[in-house]
Amino acid sequence: MTTDFFQYIVSGLTIGAIYAMVAIGYNIIYSVTEIINFAQGEFVMLGGLFAVFFAGPLHFPLYLAFVCAVGMTGLVGMAMDRFVIGRARNASVMSLIIITLAVSIILKGGAMLWWGKDPHSLAAFSTGGPIRLGGVAIQPQALWIIGICALIIIALTLFFRKSIYGQAMLACANNPDAARLAGIPVKYMVLLSFVLSAMIGAAAGVIITPVSMMEYDRGALLGIKGFGAAVLGGLGQFFGALVAGAILGLAESFCAGYLSSGYKDAVALVLLLLALFLKPEGLFGSGEARS
Amino acid sequence: MLVVKSVHTYYGNIHALKGVSLHVRKGEIVTLVGANGAGKSTLVNTICGMAKPSRGSIEFNDRAIEGLPPETIVRRGIALVPEGRQIFSAMSVEANLLMGGYIHRKNPGQVREDMDRFYGIFPILKQRKGQLAGTLSGGEQQMLAISRALMSRPDLLVLDEPSMGLAPLVTREIFAIIRELKEQGRTILLIEQNARAALKVADRGYVLEIGKVILEGEGPELLEHREVKRAYLGKGAKQIWEA
Ligand SMILES: Nc1ncnc2c1ncn2[C@@H]1O[C@H](COP(=O)(O)OP(=O)(O)OP(=O)(O)O)[C@@H](O)[C@H]1O
Ligand SMILES: [Mg+2]
Repeated sequence: MTTDFFQYIVSGLTIGAIYAMVAIGYNIIYSVTEIINFAQGEFVMLGGLFAVFFAGPLHFPLYLAFVCAVGMTGLVGMAMDRFVIGRARNASVMSLIIITLAVSIILKGGAMLWWGKDPHSLAAFSTGGPIRLGGVAIQPQALWIIGICALIIIALTLFFRKSIYGQAMLACANNPDAARLAGIPVKYMVLLSFVLSAMIGAAAGVIITPVSMMEYDRGALLGIKGFGAAVLGGLGQFFGALVAGAILGLAESFCAGYLSSGYKDAVALVLLLLALFLKPEGLFGSGEARS
Repeated sequence: MLVVKSVHTYYGNIHALKGVSLHVRKGEIVTLVGANGAGKSTLVNTICGMAKPSRGSIEFNDRAIEGLPPETIVRRGIALVPEGRQIFSAMSVEANLLMGGYIHRKNPGQVREDMDRFYGIFPILKQRKGQLAGTLSGGEQQMLAISRALMSRPDLLVLDEPSMGLAPLVTREIFAIIRELKEQGRTILLIEQNARAALKVADRGYVLEIGKVILEGEGPELLEHREVKRAYLGKGAKQIWEA
């Protein structure tokens, strides 16, 4: 009984870490541009499938496949801003959001053409069976997922707090006109936000693939759940995304364990709706969404 | 230093500037006064690159700058304190100053030094340096906005209605700061509705009406001008304008 409970906690936190990373991807673009990038889930899918491509047909070692997959997806994010979003900069935020939906459909279609419809697998990052703690079995990959998620969050926090470029990105988000008057090239900061988000999404995709495989149409669901975590935590709030991701992952895991795994996917949506009804600014939000 | 020649600017089909010319020489304080909607902000936005002129030329330090983006113009040495201050309200006071020095980011020693200088001039900013800028009072925000603009080490400082929305006492304080900047030998283009106070500190002034310069002259001379007195300093002018 208690071992089950702890088992659910471990798997909940693992998937929660993935949701948190997806949510942070939404947050970065949202805080610089107020755009909600519905292609965020596709970045996750692309990360996983690129890693499969580099590790499989190209026989790269895993760590190199990881780096290359994250880099390639970063390039996709760059292209998305340079050739699509950047071209439509005078459009309203709403039309830009719709454009991101279009981009997600294109990315999904492209992935289907390249990788086909079958799910692909990737080797786990370290070999060996699960680690046993009491009766609880912890897959080494779960530790990789939580560890990489933690590293990324620490690095991002340092970037936005300490680096002049991170601060400049926040300045663009806060007041783009004033940022331009101070000499900050807002255009490049927006580009940077797309690249960063794509890379973080891709990293989440690479580390989850050994656990649950990856196929061309996985992005949508991961994207929606990550979006749920982003809204629940308060759009633009990094710490909120982290906590909300964990809550979402745990809720799903308990639901699958104690109720039925059939309801699992509905949990994110129910939490998202509850958040929108009861606390539209999110758990840690600034109150912007309410107004 | 700054030469604006028959500049026209449109917003869609609203003709906001109809051939405005003016100049600012090194070390001068020049003021531009005019009623609401005269086009004062449009003119400074055109100078600083936030609005594009459709005709006319703008020269700064003998180089053409019209139509350049604001990121470039601030590097050429013009800093704007925009109307309504436009501080980074969700960032700390210190981060605001740091962003003001963004173009000198390769020289952190200098940025630090400048920052400490403004902390010395405005001790309140130092006290509040970790606080979100949006929580400062209006006057403090204006001090922050001016310091942030000066962090770029501009040759020309443009102030768009620095007294807007401030209590009379605070307005007086802001004008004291402007006078001090003048004594340091800075070059300033000051936009004001508060014509009396502005013309008192300025070496020269221009009066803008519906997109055109209708009068120009020395500060005190304009202050005595019949038209200016009628339109801007007369009965309509409120007590709070007396800084
Ligand atoms: N973004 C805009 N779009 C359309 N019209 C505008 C815009 N900004 C200003 N205008 C118009 O241009 C004219 C000049 O406006 P401007 O803001 O330059 O006046 P101002 O002299 O700065 O006034 P105030 O003292 O109120 O700041 C006004 O008629 C105004 O309605
Ligand atoms: Mg104005």
